[in-house]
This record gives sequence, structure tokens and C-alpha cells, in this order.
Amino acid sequence: MEDKITLSHGSGGHKTSELIAGIFKKNLDNEYFTADDAAVMPAPEGKIAMSTDGFIVSPWKFPGGNIGKLSVCGTVNDIACMGARPLYLTCSYVIEEGFAVSDLEEIAKAMGETARKAGVKIVAGDTKVAGKGQVDGLFITTAGVGVIENEVNLSGAFAKPGDSIIVTGDVGRHGCAILLARDEYGIEADVTSDCAPLADPALAVVSKIPETHVIRDATRGGVGTVLYEICDASDVGIEIVSDDIPVDPAVRGVTGLLGLEPLYLACEGRLVIIVPSEFEDKAIEILSAYEETAGAKIIGRVTDDHKGKVVMKTSIGGMTFLPPPGKELLPRIC
Amino acid sequence: MNEAATVLKSYKGPKIRIMEVCGTHTHEIFKLGIRQLLSDDIELISGPGCPVCVTSADYIDEACWLAREKECVITTFGDLVKVPGIKSSMIKERGQGAQINVVYSPQDAVLFAEKNPDREVVFLSVGFETTTPSDVIAVKYAKEKGIKNFSILTANKTMPRAYEVLADSTDCYLYPGHVHAITGTADCKAMLAKGTSGVIAGFTGPELLTALAVAVKKCQEGEPFLVNCYPRVVREEGAPAAMRLVNEFMEPCDALWRGIGVIPMSGMKLRDEFSEFDARVKFAIPDMKEEYKTPCRCGEVLQGKIKPFECPMFGKACIPDHPVGACMVSDEGACSAYYLYGGLIDNGR
Repeated sequence: MEDKITLSHGSGGHKTSELIAGIFKKNLDNEYFTADDAAVMPAPEGKIAMSTDGFIVSPWKFPGGNIGKLSVCGTVNDIACMGARPLYLTCSYVIEEGFAVSDLEEIAKAMGETARKAGVKIVAGDTKVAGKGQVDGLFITTAGVGVIENEVNLSGAFAKPGDSIIVTGDVGRHGCAILLARDEYGIEADVTSDCAPLADPALAVVSKIPETHVIRDATRGGVGTVLYEICDASDVGIEIVSDDIPVDPAVRGVTGLLGLEPLYLACEGRLVIIVPSEFEDKAIEILSAYEETAGAKIIGRVTDDHKGKVVMKTSIGGMTFLPPPGKELLPRIC
Repeated sequence: MNEAATVLKSYKGPKIRIMEVCGTHTHEIFKLGIRQLLSDDIELISGPGCPVCVTSADYIDEACWLAREKECVITTFGDLVKVPGIKSSMIKERGQGAQINVVYSPQDAVLFAEKNPDREVVFLSVGFETTTPSDVIAVKYAKEKGIKNFSILTANKTMPRAYEVLADSTDCYLYPGHVHAITGTADCKAMLAKGTSGVIAGFTGPELLTALAVAVKKCQEGEPFLVNCYPRVVREEGAPAAMRLVNEFMEPCDALWRGIGVIPMSGMKLRDEFSEFDARVKFAIPDMKEEYKTPCRCGEVLQGKIKPFECPMFGKACIPDHPVGACMVSDEGACSAYYLYGGLIDNGR
């Protein structure tokens, strides 16, 4: 195979077949993977959850992952947040002419590995090649289907006053890793993206605590944006404790230098979970058993007061609003 | 720190007005929720120490003119981009094709100029004593490297004359720690000699609480005072090397402070021998001065005469996404801080 992607790789002819066999089938193969027009799988019993997500992250490779891993985690986590076990994914690539075939292979390899780890099968795909300059490197869109195994009913609108708010690990690492990978600020720090598939811990929580009210994936906009969305959707207030929010020291250092709030930096492997307070210890115990969520912490609770606002208890005992989201911190983070 | 918190909460007596001069202090005070830790008899006034907020509207128009008419690449700290001028703003100019680059350091601006010798690059040199040395270092670099396509548009300001002008608005200044890290304590001592009290404060929660508690204790004693509560950073002599550098390249001039007016000899401009790096001279910028008519009451906010929420525009026509006055633009502006963090208790206290 050539070492650069050319327009003919997206033409549907033998070059496309070569790419599918040499890169995609090799890395993503499973019993349903098809080069036919559609994949055919057995239908799961009960309700299904379905989601789709596009990925345009720049740079495509960063400490802790690449766009391929991210594109699997993103859709897997979205499905898991509805209490569904992800089963099947499809993926659609738009590749810039001239993209290195070896890089594409690295991306496909990461997708295969992440899919196997997440227990999900990539069953169909599409490849388009755009002329030089028409896309930046490579864009991926994934779509996925999952099955709701246990009778659960989760939504950002179900938070109740008194509930406990859990974040499943330190916040803002993905956004910070991307920011550093771009090397625009001349800052060096050892920060790895938190990008990870989270279906296993999420489903463990909902199966053992069916009373769980909310599970949300804190991606673009970070944990802060998710908290504000929950405030609005559930018509409640939220109180968090500044000292209880886990932040990696390197992330704190970088955000301190640049004047950014870690709660508003993207995560790609962190959930916000809201459970009635009597289940908070049990939830932490369940999450602690999984590597990706071992750093889970209770960061605050849902209140009846100051509806629609996130209030933060500061390190010196004062109370302040978490400024509402809205500022564009960093484009193209996922 | 607990002792400081007790002093601040339990104070009862004549009202004490403390003006935090520095925008970063304003921001941190809100972010840490310090206002709710204070007794009702302690009032914090947000003064004019946010460089973006006191940058005049015609300065913005000058920058826009350079971008539009001279096709200069404007390099600037991000906050300035949204500040409305009279005729235009940089965000509008950018929408019409002007090149406005946000930088984190003046050095990035001069390096950009070095790499792009076919473009004229102008750095918007605003800020107080803390930032001026880094602006000068960029000019020095350009001079040494013979970079001909770099210049700065100065609106640098200095604090001492502003302290004098606003002395009646406050019982005690919370002096900006980072300004005095450069200039030392002499200016504060001069204010003390005129009967104006102050504490030099750091920026962390414990540092701010301590400085405020010292101010309250000292105010109760009744004599004018000056206490350096930030000794780990602020030395009596300041940073002489930085001051020498600035004085080598710049000299004092009158400066227009948005909302306050002209304060004589409160600005800094490049000396004549460095005029090749002075964008005003290099491009012969026409006089932009025009009466600035607006219902915005930023000026009174900056002088501590009103609180942001007493302005009729506040939170209505003027919000961080659509600032009318400069105090709403920067995160360090008093109005922006009140808008983002206020409202928890007692209408933004």
C-alpha cells in the first residue's frame, strides 16, 4: 500500500477495498464487521439507546490517546450514561488527501483496542477522502447502539434536593493535555488525557443502585457546564466544595498560569453521577473497584436554594458562584 | 487565618471603606467569597486597577485604525479584543478581515514580527508597573535584533498619581502587591506622609484575609498607617533592575483614564530616541479624541462612587458577552466580577 492517502482511496474502488482490508478489518475485526452495505446483527431484547458524535480534535494525537480512541470512548460513554450497555458502533472517516497511512493505522489500532476494552463491536464504516486543505488531517464520526439491561431511568432532569454529586476522577485533564499538545503557550507539564471508556463502572452503579438519578459524561465544557445543565434541567441549585474537587497538581499549575478554571476544561473519561445521599458511600465503593473511576469523590450536593446556580464553598470558607459557562476556552478539543 | 476571619466578621464600629486598587484583587475577593466573611461595617470598593477597564475608548480606536488603514497585525492580550471603542472594536475589525492576534506575552509579539518581516506588527502596550517591564523587554529585543517591523502602542499607566486622585474615596488602600513588587514601598510611604493609610496585599485567600484584618485593626487605632502584608514578594526597594530598564526606554506623560479623565504624569511613553518603536509616531496616527457619550457609569464605579449594580446598564444592556463599559469586559473588571460572582447575598455584596 502507498504511504499517503490519495483521493482514490475514497473512490469506492479497489484502493478503498485495500484500505478496508489492510487497515480497518485488520484492526477492528469481529463476527459482524462487514464490507457490505449494512451490518446485520441480532436485535437485543428490551429498549435500546442510540447516540452519535463527531470528532475533530487537533492535534489528532495527544498524551493519553488519539482521535481513534476518543471516537470510541465518546459514543460508548454517551450510551452508558443512559444506563445502556454499548453493543455496536459504526464509524465514518473523512480523511485529508496526503494523510499518512501509518498514522491512519495507528488510529484504527487505538479504535480496535478501545472497542475491545469497552466490550463494543465496530460493525460498519465509511471512508471519504477530501482534497488537500478541505479537512484538517482526519475527522471521525461514530454512532452506536446499546441495550438497557436493567430497568433504569436516568436523566439530567432527575436531580433532587439532598442528592449527592460524585465526579469519577480528577477534572480537566483532557482539555489541559490538548492545550499543552498544541504547544502554543510554551508551557511544559506532564499531563495525560483522561480519555477512557466508562461503560463498566457506569453500568455497575446503575445495576447495584437502581435509584441513581443522573449520569452525565463531562466532555466539552467540563464538569462545570454539566452541573449548570443539571441545575437548569432539574430546576435545582447545586453546592460544591472547592477543596473536594479533585484536580491534578500539574493541571492546577497550568490552569493557574493561564487563568482557566479546571471545572470548565474538557474531560473524556469522567462522569458526573448523582445519587440519593444514602447511596453515596455505596457508589464510591463500586466506582473505586474500576481503574478509570478509582479517583471518584463526592464534590457536593443538590439543593433547593439558589435554583439554576452552582455555588461553591471556597477554601477559606466563603461562598461564591461558579461563573456560568459560556466562554469559548479552546476550540477543537474532541 | 481564623483569627483574621474573626476580626473581619466581628468588627462593629464606624464604617471602614477599603479600596482594592488591583483588578486581580477584585476578582480573587469575589472568587474566594470574601465579601460574605466581612462585617456589615466594612465596605470594599473596587478601584481603577484593571488595565483594560481604564484604557480609553480612543486608544481602542487608534488600534482599530492601525489594523484597518495600515493593515498592521495587532498583537494584544485577549481581554482588550472585546473592549468597545467609540467608532469600532477589535472584534468588529477582526470580523471585517483585520488580523488581531491574541498573545500571552509581549515577547510572543516581537517574535511574531521577527518571523514575519513583511508585516507591520503592533503590540498593544497597556498595563501598570507590573507589566510595563515586559513590554520594554520586547522593545529592547527588537532594538538589539534590528527588527524594523515591530512597534508598540503605549497606554501604560502608573499608580501613584491615581492614589492621590482617589484618596478621598477610601479610608485605606489595599495596595496591589505585584505593582509594589516592582516599585517597592516608596509610593505607599509618600501617601502615608499625606495621611493616607494602606496595606500591601498578596493574592491568596489567607494573604487577603490577613491584609484586610490588619487594615481593620489599624483603622481602629486611628493613626494613619502602612503595613506590608506581602513581604515574601514586596521588598522596600522593589525591583530596581526592572525600574531602571523601564526608565531607560520610557518617560512619564499625561494619561487619559477611562471614566476618570486625564491624570497628569500618570502614564508612560517611549522616549524620543526609541520613537521608531512608537506606533503613534511611526504611523502618524491622527487624533482620535472625541467626546465619549454613554449612559454607562464605569467612571463612577472606578472611582468607588457607585457599586456596579447601581448603574442602569448593569446586567441589562451591559453583560460580559456584550459589554458597554470596559469594567464589564475583563474578568478583572469590577462590573464583570459583580455580574459573575455577585448576587449570592444582598444584591452583589
